[in-house]
Amino acid sequence: MPVKRLLAAYSWLVFAFLYLPIAVIVVLSFNESRFGVNWTGFSLKWYEALLENRRIGEYLGNTLVVAFTSTLVSTVLGTLLAMGIVRYRFRLRSFLRYLLYVPVVVPDVVMGISLLLLFDTVRDGIGWPRLSLFTIILAHISFQIAYVTLVVRARLMLLDPALEEAARDLGADNWRTFWEVTLPLTWPGVVSGALLAFSLSLDDFVVTFFTSGSGSTTLPLYIYGKVKTGITPEIHALSTLMVGATILILALGALFWRRR
Amino acid sequence: MNEAATPWQKARRLLVTVGPGALWLTVFVLVPSLLILLASLLSRSSTGSLAPPWGLHNYVRFFTEPLFWEIVGRSLWIGWWATVLTVLMGYPLAFYIAAHRYKQVLLLLVVIPFFTNFLIRVYAWIILLQREGAVNAVITAFGLPPADLFPSTFAVYLATVYTFLPFLVLPLYAAVERIDWSQLEAAYDLGATPVRGFWEAIFPQTLPGLFAGFLLTFIPAVGTFVIADLLGGGKITLIGNLIQQQFTSAQNWAFGAAVSMILMVMVLLGLWLYARTQGERGLDELV
Repeated sequence: MPVKRLLAAYSWLVFAFLYLPIAVIVVLSFNESRFGVNWTGFSLKWYEALLENRRIGEYLGNTLVVAFTSTLVSTVLGTLLAMGIVRYRFRLRSFLRYLLYVPVVVPDVVMGISLLLLFDTVRDGIGWPRLSLFTIILAHISFQIAYVTLVVRARLMLLDPALEEAARDLGADNWRTFWEVTLPLTWPGVVSGALLAFSLSLDDFVVTFFTSGSGSTTLPLYIYGKVKTGITPEIHALSTLMVGATILILALGALFWRRR
Repeated sequence: MNEAATPWQKARRLLVTVGPGALWLTVFVLVPSLLILLASLLSRSSTGSLAPPWGLHNYVRFFTEPLFWEIVGRSLWIGWWATVLTVLMGYPLAFYIAAHRYKQVLLLLVVIPFFTNFLIRVYAWIILLQREGAVNAVITAFGLPPADLFPSTFAVYLATVYTFLPFLVLPLYAAVERIDWSQLEAAYDLGATPVRGFWEAIFPQTLPGLFAGFLLTFIPAVGTFVIADLLGGGKITLIGNLIQQQFTSAQNWAFGAAVSMILMVMVLLGLWLYARTQGERGLDELV
């Protein structure tokens, strides 16, 4: 069928479009030349330069501290929130559901400046908190929590409530039911929620931009600064490593899902 | 749910599950949103932060100066056409993936760029489009003069489409997966041409996914400032850039807050229209 062929050709063109920029960066990271895109020979020197660059190590550390801490907190809070919202009927429930959509639909800039305003207002009052890694973590949790809740909620809605009732009928108390029935069954949702939260944190530039202070540079902030002032091929190497890490995380996630 | 729960037990359960998250959302989402509203009614102090007098002057300024109308118009225009281009690329792709034997793998291929760091993706386009970049290397290899592709509006479009394509493909794919193909058979049995069969039996079934994907692309495309900032070379001001500038170089937080309110109202208006056409359930499908 010619229509099918056409569709396939078109789709692979779109895939090429999706991967062309990434491929160019990866190739250039191994290019010996400092300037332009002319291939002058294979070299790992940009990776060596990257390893020797202490500051990048510090920025990577900052990025990971923010990502791990915020993911941990938002996964716990979001999972509990999802359970409460699915299980119980209470006043303000629908208001809470709308509030959950706010971090998802509001543009990043608005989210960023709203948190900047909050931190600034509180600091005016009590002299704390200074813009730092701590405020970045608070900010990241604030958007991650919505995504975690929505992902876990979707999983919980697929659960059969009879399973929990059965546990209770067999004499399990609330805690035991939660640990031995609800949580194991919800686990895939919790893990995907956490993975999503983690990559959202790693990826975030805009909210971090508004809530970071001196000494709390993350990798996206560093790359932004470099793009503004002048690119060095080290950035290609850094980007390639980050793309590699992304593919690794996604592949692990996909494997995890397949096992389920 | 335990039927015999006393009001006290119920309250305790709510406090443990919903409590912490609800508190967090209140402090870090609800209160900050209200702070934007309050800040938008204040004025710029001598140091650039917020000070009385209160009033609607920031909004008056926004709506009376043609420059700001231009910025809103440009944001909507670029956001709209970038989204249309994204649909043109993503709509056939969703069908191709859904019909493919290895659709999980292809879906992963769509998702990988989406999870690749946003700044790296934007940066990659600079490498491709700049004067000594990859695209010009190909052009000059054919003996043609190099093109000024970066910084430009064209570059902004390209990177916007590139960035948000997965946002469109994923909900669309979900809709294509659910298509009832027997309707197409029925259309053929009734003598429909392939084009008419697609248009009347298949296309309407993809509309919910198309709407969701459109909105998920359009909202961030209108609100973004990084793409225009980096690929427009600082010459293309969108509403997101305007907000960012007020909070950084221009140091007029009150006015920046007012612009943020206007952007938020625009987003809510879009969502309201969406909910009108798709119903309450549509909002859940959006995420």
